[in-house]
Amino acid sequence: MDYVTDRWQQILFASWQHFSLVVQCLLLATVIAVGLAMVSYRSERLSNLANSFTAIGLTIPSFAMIGLLIAPLGFGVLPAVVVVTFYAVLPILRNAVVGLNSVPGGVVESARGIGMSRMATFFRVELPMAWPVILTGMRVSAQMVMGIAAIAAFVLGPGLGGFIFSGLSRLGGANSLASVITGIVAVIVVATILDALLILLGRLTTSRGLRV
Amino acid sequence: MSESTTAPTEPGRITGVPILLDGVTKRYGSKSAPAVDHLTLEIPAGSTVMFVGPSGCGKTTTMKMINRLIEPTEGSIVIDGEDVTTMNGDDLRRRMGYVIQAGGLFPHMTVAANIGLVPKMLGWDKQRIAERVDELLELVSLDPDSYRDRYPKQLSGGQQQRVGVARALAADPPVLLMDEPFGAVDPITRQRLQDEMISIQNELRKTIVIVTHDIDEAVKLGDWVVVFDEGARIQQYDSPERILAEPANDFVSDFVGSGAGLKALGLTRVNEMPILDAVVVTPEDSPTTAVQKAEAAGHGHVVVLDRARRPIAWPSVAQLRRATALPTRYEPDLPIVGMGATLEDALDTMLVSRAGAALVVGPRGRFEGVVDIDTVMQSLRDNRGAADTGRSPVGTNDAEARIEVAPDTGEITLITPDQVGTGRGRYDDGAAEPSRSDADEGSDSTALPQTSGERP
Ligand SMILES: Nc1ncnc2c1ncn2[C@@H]1O[C@H](COP(=O)(O)OP(=O)(O)OP(=O)(O)O)[C@@H](O)[C@H]1O
Ligand SMILES: [Mg+2]
Repeated sequence: MDYVTDRWQQILFASWQHFSLVVQCLLLATVIAVGLAMVSYRSERLSNLANSFTAIGLTIPSFAMIGLLIAPLGFGVLPAVVVVTFYAVLPILRNAVVGLNSVPGGVVESARGIGMSRMATFFRVELPMAWPVILTGMRVSAQMVMGIAAIAAFVLGPGLGGFIFSGLSRLGGANSLASVITGIVAVIVVATILDALLILLGRLTTSRGLRV
Repeated sequence: MSESTTAPTEPGRITGVPILLDGVTKRYGSKSAPAVDHLTLEIPAGSTVMFVGPSGCGKTTTMKMINRLIEPTEGSIVIDGEDVTTMNGDDLRRRMGYVIQAGGLFPHMTVAANIGLVPKMLGWDKQRIAERVDELLELVSLDPDSYRDRYPKQLSGGQQQRVGVARALAADPPVLLMDEPFGAVDPITRQRLQDEMISIQNELRKTIVIVTHDIDEAVKLGDWVVVFDEGARIQQYDSPERILAEPANDFVSDFVGSGAGLKALGLTRVNEMPILDAVVVTPEDSPTTAVQKAEAAGHGHVVVLDRARRPIAWPSVAQLRRATALPTRYEPDLPIVGMGATLEDALDTMLVSRAGAALVVGPRGRFEGVVDIDTVMQSLRDNRGAADTGRSPVGTNDAEARIEVAPDTGEITLITPDQVGTGRGRYDDGAAEPSRSDADEGSDSTALPQTSGERP
């Protein structure tokens, strides 16, 4: 416990960096995923393509991906953001395509029928109706990306990954186990807080008409 | 009804505008058979036109071309004299109401938000939108205070449908398009919604197009009924009475089905019939006076009424001769029909009571007179020769037909090749009288059950 109390400041700071990296990447990923879903959901072929992309993307080991990105992007925050965002996009994209496709045809037809433009129909009808499903995708992404961010952060930048991997590399040495455990616990705590925040966001942004 | 800002002040004023489909064709993809084949169709202002026909005949396609949810491959759509074929589709649709099966409400918006959506898009201020929402909820028989803030999921199917109608009427559009609006509700709710639709239309007089495949609904709601076959080929475009009484060909009579005569009975109400006088007495009168009165009038029966003029009994003269006093107890099985009953109901009552006639009562059960079977039969016969007041709207699939719009009256006349003498097909009497007998299938040039612009 001394390990934690001695490094309290450092742990908090790293946790904050970790949290901040994940949240920013998650937001970016949501925008990208919704954008991709928007262009693909109305075509069956593109929807299938998006789903395959998700499935294949998730099988790529994140460590390998990071390694591959170092060559073109070098070390630093940029490759970390790219990797974390890439993985975060996948579950959101899949859910967004599913969510948008599950909006009943009649609802879209009515929207068009009363004179809403394609854009208005998307942003005021289809997106709000798909929103709960998209949000579920965001929660899955957030959980998944917490771990990936730890790896990325160790190799490339700031975050809780430092505790875990520096501990692992010195395993057996003084405080090495404490370092690893501190890192893991902090990741779990940060993940739980983010999930709670996302649930709260869902409450605040989902229409009551979709919940009753 | 609350005071209305935009609805007509005097009920019955036409607020709809005429619609004309001019030689409209729709081909989906490169399929050879068009879903809608050279359709020319006039939809008169303020009338309700019903599209009926078998599944896949092109009803929905035709209707969606009116608000350009589906773009015509060929031809033009003219609304209130303006060709709307090239105008912005969204703007066009904001000026038309659109209702689909089950209402198509937005589940994430409250009832008020759903109804207020079009006014909001049109830039109305909040106050005006809120007033309009309440007014419309009342129009469709929903209490604003208890329904305004509900979400669609918190409504029954029939209520959702009502909100769908209210939303479509929100900006007071002159045209209302409805695709099987009452298809998803149970028969009792459907009947109630239909009745409400009739009274709403009596008040607003919009131009309404309703797609249905229920001929009974078509006949009940329509001022005019179009019976389509595959490719939106018009088999008959006529008044409901004539569709029932004089189907243009076998296709239409098959579609109308058996019992067309009986359906006609459902079209007429008792108060539209001549109601016969009867000899009336009160229970205080003596049977002898009653007999004398009946004989003086040459009637075989008298009607005994209470003080509020409600029928008590309906004895025959023979019964009166045997009686010592007039009945004072209400006879339970009197054949009584209301003024608003259909002839179908009236006939039913007569047949059940075996009286061959029925007592007609008005408001509060007050006796009005008698209808008998002869009157009903006579009215059926009259219907058969359906009094044609005014002209029928124009409708044809003739690719060579041209229409002519009178610049002053806006009246539409169909010029067929026969008339202008480029003649192919048969000569018929200046084409003034439609040839209703022909049922030439497949030939879409002159085989028009109802091609006439004017009826003599
Ligand atoms: N989007 C489309 N793509 C291709 N073909 C279509 C499309 N929509 C309709 N069709 C075809 O056009 C024809 C007319 O369809 P439409 O929906 O107008 O029929 P309908 O009379 O409304 O039938 P129903 O009573 O079943 O609703 C049908 O043969 C249908 O298969
Ligand atoms: Mg249809």
